[in-house]
Amino acid sequence: MNVAVTLQFPAETQKLPEVLEKLDTNLLSAGCPEDARMQLAVAVEEIFVNIANYAYEGKQGSAVINIKADAHKATISFADSGFPYDPLQKEDPNIEQAVEDRPIGGLGVFLVKEMCDEVHYERRDDMNILTLVKKY
Amino acid sequence: MTYEITSPPPELTVAVKGRLDTLTSPKLESDLEPSIAKSKSLVLDLTGVDYLSSAGLRLLLTLQKRFKKEGGSFKLRGIQPGVMEILRMTGFLKILSVE
Repeated sequence: MNVAVTLQFPAETQKLPEVLEKLDTNLLSAGCPEDARMQLAVAVEEIFVNIANYAYEGKQGSAVINIKADAHKATISFADSGFPYDPLQKEDPNIEQAVEDRPIGGLGVFLVKEMCDEVHYERRDDMNILTLVKKY
Repeated sequence: MTYEITSPPPELTVAVKGRLDTLTSPKLESDLEPSIAKSKSLVLDLTGVDYLSSAGLRLLLTLQKRFKKEGGSFKLRGIQPGVMEILRMTGFLKILSVE
C-alpha cells in the first residue's frame, strides 16, 4: 500500500515515543519489513532529537515530518524553521579508535547516513529540510 | 524499557527489555548507578532489547570506559540481530566484550 502522510509535532524530546509510534504504524501499513522499520526509527529518532535539542535554542518550535512509503522504499523528510543547520557537514567519527580515545557521542548523524541509502539537506523558505531515503 | 537485576553487586547482571533510546537510556544509567558503584563487573543481558539508538550507544561506551578505567569487566549478552548490526556499523563490536 502507498502511504503519504504529513505529521507535525512540537519539537520536544518527550514527543519521541509518539513520533516513533506514528512512523511505525505508517511504515507497517506500507509493507516495510521489520529490520528496515527499526533502522528507519533509529534514523528518525536521531534527526527528531537533534531538532528538539538544537533547532530552536530553547524556544518552542515544531518539526514537520513527511512520510512517503511503499513496499520497496521510504522517503522521510523533516522540516523545521530553526536556525540554519546542515547536519551532513559534521565530520564522520573515527570508528576504528580504541575505547579510551573514542569520544562519547557524535554517532547520531553517522548512524543516519549508515541506515539510509540517501540523505539530503537543503535550506528552503527559511526552513531546514532533511530528507532520508531507504530502499528495502 | 524495563530491567531486572538478575545478579546483585559486586558481580552485577542486569536483564534489559524494550528500547534503549534518547529517553530510556539516561534513565537506565541513573537507575543503575548505585548498583554499578558497588560492582567490579557488569553483564548487560540485551536479549529483550530490540532497539538501540545513539543514546544507547552512548550508555554502552560510557560503561565500557568506566569499567576499563577501574580495572573491572563489562560484557554484553544476548544481542539481537538488529542491535548487533548497529554495534557492527559503529565499530562498537571492536571495543565491547560480547559473550
